[in-house]
Amino acid sequence: MSELFIQVVIEGLLWGAIYALVAVGLSLIWGVMGILNLAHGDFLMLGMFGAYWLAILLGIDPLIGLLIVTPAMFILGLGIYKSLITRIVKAPRLTALLATFGLGIFLRNLAHFLWRADYRMLGDTLVGDRVITVSILGGTNFISVPKLLAAGGSLAATALLYWFIKRTKTGRALQATAMNRQSAALMGIDTERMYMLAYSLGIACVGVAGTLLTNFFIIFPEVGIMFVLFALVAVTIGGFGSIHGALIGGLIIGLIESVGGFVGIPALKQALVFAVFVIVVVLRPRGLFGWAD
Amino acid sequence: MGRLKPLMVRQPRIFWRKNYIFALAFALLLALPFIFTAHFQHHVMIKVLMFTFLGCAWNIIGGYTGQVALGHAAFFGIGAYTSSLCYIWFGLNPWFGMFLGGILAVAVSAVINYPCFRLHGRYFAIATLALGMIIRLLFTNWRLVGGALGVRLPLLPESLWNFQFHTTKLPYYYIALVLCALIFAILYKIERSKLGFYLRAIKESEEAARSLGIDVAKYKLVAMSISVFFTAMAGTLYAQYILYIDPISLMPLMTSILICVVPVLGGAGTLWGPALGAPILLIAIEYSRAWLGGGGRGIDYMIVGAIMVAIIFRPGGLTSFFQGPRFRQWWRRIRG
Repeated sequence: MSELFIQVVIEGLLWGAIYALVAVGLSLIWGVMGILNLAHGDFLMLGMFGAYWLAILLGIDPLIGLLIVTPAMFILGLGIYKSLITRIVKAPRLTALLATFGLGIFLRNLAHFLWRADYRMLGDTLVGDRVITVSILGGTNFISVPKLLAAGGSLAATALLYWFIKRTKTGRALQATAMNRQSAALMGIDTERMYMLAYSLGIACVGVAGTLLTNFFIIFPEVGIMFVLFALVAVTIGGFGSIHGALIGGLIIGLIESVGGFVGIPALKQALVFAVFVIVVVLRPRGLFGWAD
Repeated sequence: MGRLKPLMVRQPRIFWRKNYIFALAFALLLALPFIFTAHFQHHVMIKVLMFTFLGCAWNIIGGYTGQVALGHAAFFGIGAYTSSLCYIWFGLNPWFGMFLGGILAVAVSAVINYPCFRLHGRYFAIATLALGMIIRLLFTNWRLVGGALGVRLPLLPESLWNFQFHTTKLPYYYIALVLCALIFAILYKIERSKLGFYLRAIKESEEAARSLGIDVAKYKLVAMSISVFFTAMAGTLYAQYILYIDPISLMPLMTSILICVVPVLGGAGTLWGPALGAPILLIAIEYSRAWLGGGGRGIDYMIVGAIMVAIIFRPGGLTSFFQGPRFRQWWRRIRG
């Protein structure tokens, strides 16, 4: 029992770290620009397909593909920002919400159109499906290497982003823009560029997450929707705009999902996550670490 | 904080003041199935009317009251399930099932949506979205109501009383048309009633509405109840039309989104918005599906996505084209 339970917790934390990276990007975009990027999951899907096609067509392993997909997603983020998001930021709330959702729907169905709805999986990668055995509290537990790699990569990327925002000058400018755009502009910060940077960084985050996911997860056009919803929940629990809040929120979601599925009805574990979300948002809308809305 | 517009004084002047436009439109819609006679055309027209109806229902909470609910597909599903299962289990006529479904949807929404009324803007939108997902997951895993396999309605001889028609789609069209006329009449009344002013006051500024003595939570609940009641009614119509219901095709996120996009495209919080949005969206979806082949190709929803993005260029929706001073001038000249 305890052996199994520890296994479930490990699984939850590994998934939680991946959710966290998706959530961190979402939270960054929200924090700086005040828009909810509901297309986030579909950028994740694009990142996954990017890594997949690099592996299939050019034989580039996702681990190396990471170095190609992440900058590519950053540039894609720039392009989308320049063409659409600048306008969305200025639009009224309801239309902005629908517009990012619409962008997501468009990308998802573009993927349907280009690559069909088939489930795909990457066969032999560098990490393969290796498993390491660890013993915790006397029992034997297994950790899948690709998942560990994805979780580790996610945590590293989150840490890097955190360092960037807290310690560098550009990061401080981002923070200032998030707090008050006008004042930041008066201090001589090019807030338009900060918006662009925040959006592109957010998209680059899902590029990392997506590439690392291709090592062990199925790839299909609808893959993003569950991730973006979970990321939303994670961000809400952690508090909108907070990076470490999103990280902790992601880990909590991972744990709720796996432990809830283990203790309760597995088929309803996602419903449980949403239920926790509704409870949190009603009781404490600004989350654990969020600024007041 | 939204600026509080003087509601009573500067009502947007809707140019369809004279009711003959209603009569004219209704007559045209009555004749429409005899102008376009193909089965598929009838199907598209039924879909358009159904989504006009759903859009009008959403408009009450999302448009007039400004509370963007993104979980209406769940109530659509509850309506479909209630009438269908009540017929299968108890032999209850679907026409009564329709009202029972509406009442049940109101009860469910009162319980789950009431706590969300404290939330503002996007938080409310996401919370309702999550609640819609929960209801869908519950139905998918609920053995008693057929789970993911869904429910097949037994075939009965076709008659209005049985709410089933097999040889022609026309009766469904006229039933949908009557329902649309009904909701238009109700919305027309609401727009001009105290309730309508309360709802719009809440949309403009909750704090200001409260300071004027409007019980915000109560009127949000009233608006939501009316909205989900009609949404559930449309669910019954859908179930009787398709004669097979399952949670995956009945309550996907996409249905919730479409219910919201139809009125927003036309103009959220306007009487005619859904009637403008639904034909454009549904004709685009159904015909791109039919011509470009197969649901799997995704072109239908690419169009929806593009339209949703395009709304940012005209946040007021299509009706806002008809509300400018230039249009009003032109209209006055035509009317003489």
